[in-house]
This record gives sequence, C-alpha cells and structure tokens, in this order.
Amino acid sequence: MRVHIKYFASIREAVGQGAETLETSAATVGALRDELLAKGGTHGEALARTRAIRMALNQVMADEEATLPDGAEVAFFPPVTGG
Amino acid sequence: MTHSAIIPRVSIQTEDFDLSTEVAQLRNGLPGVGAVCSFVGTVRDRNEGSSVSAMELEHYPGMTESSIEAMIDQAMDRFDILGARVIHRVGLLQPLDQIVLVAVISAHRGQSFQACEFLMDYLKSHAPFWKKEQTPEGARWVDARVSDDAASARWGLPAQLQTGG
Repeated sequence: MRVHIKYFASIREAVGQGAETLETSAATVGALRDELLAKGGTHGEALARTRAIRMALNQVMADEEATLPDGAEVAFFPPVTGG
Repeated sequence: MTHSAIIPRVSIQTEDFDLSTEVAQLRNGLPGVGAVCSFVGTVRDRNEGSSVSAMELEHYPGMTESSIEAMIDQAMDRFDILGARVIHRVGLLQPLDQIVLVAVISAHRGQSFQACEFLMDYLKSHAPFWKKEQTPEGARWVDARVSDDAASARWGLPAQLQTGG
C-alpha cells in the first residue's frame, strides 16, 4: 500500500525533505518508522529512537501502535512549541 | 446560542490581528455575554539567555486547524462558555509582534478565565507549531518546555515530553 509521509521543523531539516510517498507493507506507524530507519543515512539520523519525536496519523496525534490504513498520511515532528 | 457559523473559530495567518475587532466580532449580537477573557502572546526579545532578533513559525497545515477546532470543542464541553476564537500567526515575526490570540465569552467571568487558560495550555503542548529563533549565535529550534506539560497536566491532558521517541 501507499503512504504519504510528512516531516516538520528539525526533523524535516534532518531528513532533508518535507514530504515523500512510499510503498510499504508496514502495519503500524512504528513499523513504518522502522522501515524508514532501516534506510539509514539522513532518515536513520532524523528518526532515531534516541530523539524526541511525535507522530500524527491522518492529522491526529498517534503513537507507534496505531494501525496504518491504505493511503494514510503519517507525519513525524519534534515536540510542539507554538503559542 | 452561539454564532460560530458567522465568524471562524480558528484562523492561522501571517497577518497581524486586532484584539478589539476580534472581541467585538465574538460578542456581536449575544446579549447573554457578561464576560470576555482574552490572552495575547507576543514575541520576546530574549529567550534562554540569548537575544532574539526574529522568529520563524512553522506549522502543519490542516492538522493545526483541526486540532485547535477539537480543543475548542473540548472547551465548550468542559466549561459553561458561549464562544471562543483562536488566531495564531505563522511565518516570520519580530520582537513586539503579536503571535497568538485566545478569546472566550461566557455569562460569568469564572468560566471564561478557566476556558482561556485551558485553551492556551492545550494549544502550547498539542497544536503542531514549531518556533525557530534567530540569535547572535545562529538560528535554533525552540525546545518544548516541561513547564508547558505541567500546565496542560492540570487539565488532565497528556504530556508530550514522555521519554523515548
């Protein structure tokens, strides 16, 4: 299935791009993160589990256990700092 | 009776806003309103021991609006309020600029005060915005604060700074 991935703020800068589309068989947000981590390089560094990263699935805050539907939009970003 | 159909509850914009205009629109035609509570956040010229010459605000278009809408829905459920308005600016801002407005109306002051604080605490720790400061040492992303999590915990909201990724 196909997922649309978005990166924001320091994660976007570390990955080197703001968005990408991926064919994946990952069942969960966490499995998708593992798949991206396995690519190594900037993805490996940007999404490392030592970093504080928040995730959203279809524009709602999600954790790694969240199930990925086909065509999902998944976002990775640092803790938020608005207001 | 509220008038959410007439004016939007949430605006994400680069332009500045005028507090008096926004409050007047929020109160318009609602004689049951006896209290207006508003909060305006502004850009400071110092943070974490450095002078700040400018600030760039990034956000997640779509999720920003929907998450704040959901926060206002929660505020309407939790507090006896008649309406709320949130404006958050994005893009490049300078010290003294206004960043954010939260305004709430109710029959009596207690509920407006509480709802305004609830919305601001919730927004700080859960709405997808990120600040990048320009300082003499270079540009840097602002770190999330544990104190903001503590503020949202008062309302029973989840922390965003749990350990691990």
